Amino acid sequence: MRDYILRRLILLIPIMFGVTFLTFLAYRVIPGNAAVLTCGLDCSPQVIKDLEHEYGLDRPWYEQYVGWLWDVAHGDLGRSFAYKIPVTTELGRRVPITVELLVLTLVLALGLGLSIGVLSAIRPATSIDWFSRLISVLFLSVPSFYLGILLITFGLLWFGWSPPQFGKGYVPFYQDPWTNIQEFFFPALVLALGEAAVLMRLTRSAMLEVLRNDYIRTAWSKGLRERSVVWRHALKNAIIPIVTVIGLQIGGLLGGAVIVESLYNLNGMGKYILEAIIRRDIFVVQSVTLLFAVSYVMANLLVDLTYAWLDPRIRYA
Amino acid sequence: MAREVALPLEIEEERPRRRRWQRILSTARKHPLGVFGLSCVSLLFFCGIFADLIVPYDPEATLRERQTFGALVNTIKPTDTKLTVVDAQLDVGTNFDIDGERMTVVPPAPIVSGAGTTLHVQRASSQATHEAGAALELDVAIANADPSWSHPFGTDHNAKDVLSRVIFGARISLLIGLTAIITGVTAGAFFGVISGYFGKIVDTIIQRCVDILLAFPAVVLLLAIITVVGDEDSSVRRFLANNTPLPKGEFIGIPTFLDVFIVALVIGLAVAVFTTRVVRGAVLSIKENVYVEAARAMGASDARIMWRHIFPNVAALVVILGSVLLPVAILAEAAISFLGVGVPLGTPSWGADLSDEKSRQLMLEGYWWPVFFPGLALSLVVLGFNMVGDAFRDLSDPRLRGSGLGGGGGGGAGRGPI
Repeated sequence: MRDYILRRLILLIPIMFGVTFLTFLAYRVIPGNAAVLTCGLDCSPQVIKDLEHEYGLDRPWYEQYVGWLWDVAHGDLGRSFAYKIPVTTELGRRVPITVELLVLTLVLALGLGLSIGVLSAIRPATSIDWFSRLISVLFLSVPSFYLGILLITFGLLWFGWSPPQFGKGYVPFYQDPWTNIQEFFFPALVLALGEAAVLMRLTRSAMLEVLRNDYIRTAWSKGLRERSVVWRHALKNAIIPIVTVIGLQIGGLLGGAVIVESLYNLNGMGKYILEAIIRRDIFVVQSVTLLFAVSYVMANLLVDLTYAWLDPRIRYA
Repeated sequence: MAREVALPLEIEEERPRRRRWQRILSTARKHPLGVFGLSCVSLLFFCGIFADLIVPYDPEATLRERQTFGALVNTIKPTDTKLTVVDAQLDVGTNFDIDGERMTVVPPAPIVSGAGTTLHVQRASSQATHEAGAALELDVAIANADPSWSHPFGTDHNAKDVLSRVIFGARISLLIGLTAIITGVTAGAFFGVISGYFGKIVDTIIQRCVDILLAFPAVVLLLAIITVVGDEDSSVRRFLANNTPLPKGEFIGIPTFLDVFIVALVIGLAVAVFTTRVVRGAVLSIKENVYVEAARAMGASDARIMWRHIFPNVAALVVILGSVLLPVAILAEAAISFLGVGVPLGTPSWGADLSDEKSRQLMLEGYWWPVFFPGLALSLVVLGFNMVGDAFRDLSDPRLRGSGLGGGGGGGAGRGPI
């Protein structure tokens, strides 16, 4: 097991080099000079030169690249061009927001997806089953940003309610749990519904497959309660493909965070990278892109490792 | 005896035809949602292909309407440039007509008094006399009009017909989706076959590149590439503008064609990355077949083996991938246009219309239609693809046959790799 983790981590090294190089190179190719964009078009050439010098943009690219890697390895992610704030400072404020959003999303998606999926599978061809499948294919198709817009609009028009962050900004959970939940519930729900639909469909088909097995019949004939048969004997075996899909969906969730954060005015990482991309704030973009890639790859590694924990038959040599 | 011979002949002539139709009909009856999905998808293709023929209005044009805005209080003679009107709210610079003569309000600004509004105007001709009571007419932009018979989906704050924009949005979605899929799947199949066939160093290089690109969450990857490639004078754009017949302006009714095309290519890249990985996996097993060895023994070149023996075997997979990824590509376009980095401002794309700042503000005041309908169209298209996919899965998987709604393992269209 330890060897497996080590090998996976070593395999990550070339990928991370590629990722850093690509993000680095991409934003050196853009013709629009970041320094010009920062201080405006009527900037004197001297000021632009100074700015470029200050940020090391006048050095050869390989020196810049190695320098950046060196800094990243030392935990220094550079400074924002526009606001002169170190990226790490900004991330310290923003990462908790994105993490809270994603954790809440996963909890909601798993809760809804698994429970409705199981319910649908143990009562196949009933109205519950039919209804939940219809709902799931609906939410599978409605894009999160559209769902979010509809929720914001009709929430305000019909109930006069809009999320508190539009007025107040982010409130941490430990300061005011109720406001915090109000802020995060709907963005997380919007992201979660689509994912829950995928999980529900998958859970249903995996459960139907498992429920046909002989050991389930044995469990029934032993006289076990339904709860025990369904949750302990069936779901435990049906969960492997579900975990795989969760791993694949993490990427979608990270991308979805970009969309939902900008829609719901949550100042998380997603909104940060979007704003930086629009402003051509190259240092922010390359560092945050790197962070996104690292978290995605790490999440997938974590998912692979949970297999072994879930299914004792899987052994990593 | 004769009768026994004649009967089967008769049946053989009649049966196959009727049976096929009956089979299609009964399949359709068993899969109502599949039929619904198929009609959504057909509607997308129909609207996309015939957009310019079926739109009621030009999606780019500001719609105007002739309205009477007030009446003259006193008769004005040929040389008069000052007039008093009742009930007209006109700013300096506004054009209006009296009896067909064009007039423009000039400074000083209109003076409102108890008797009416006094305007200073510049007249198109100084010949005509207009009697008191003549009507002031003005072409007014029909902004934010409610859905009605003449504008079924209403108009937006730019006085553009929302229905026409939604129909043209189908064309843009389809263009971007198909371009992205065709280029992406072709490139992906090419690299996938090469990577899987040659193995060793070629495979390693291509697969490590794929690894790197797959390490980015798709939306982040698209955002990053589009800012590089879509930039005002990026080398890709310059190359396309100078060396291809792609026009910068309007083409097949799509404004800013080049920009739209570049968005499609970027999405195509993401499609290609995914396709490469999948095709390579299939090729790895196909190349172990005996017929590949036989072809090699007969002296066939690598290129010939790949083209004649390996590619035909992955072709079906490639087509399936393409059709599964099409709604994903459409959704990806909408998502990046929604984030404001996709198609240029004002293009009638569903994603761009959804993100229009002014429309979204007005939506909170109750003008919901300019945002609601493009989103509805997008959702219906993706829903359609999902339902068709479910129906196909139902039909092809005998274990699920007859369950109607598609047990649906796995993702569904909206949640592919992107």
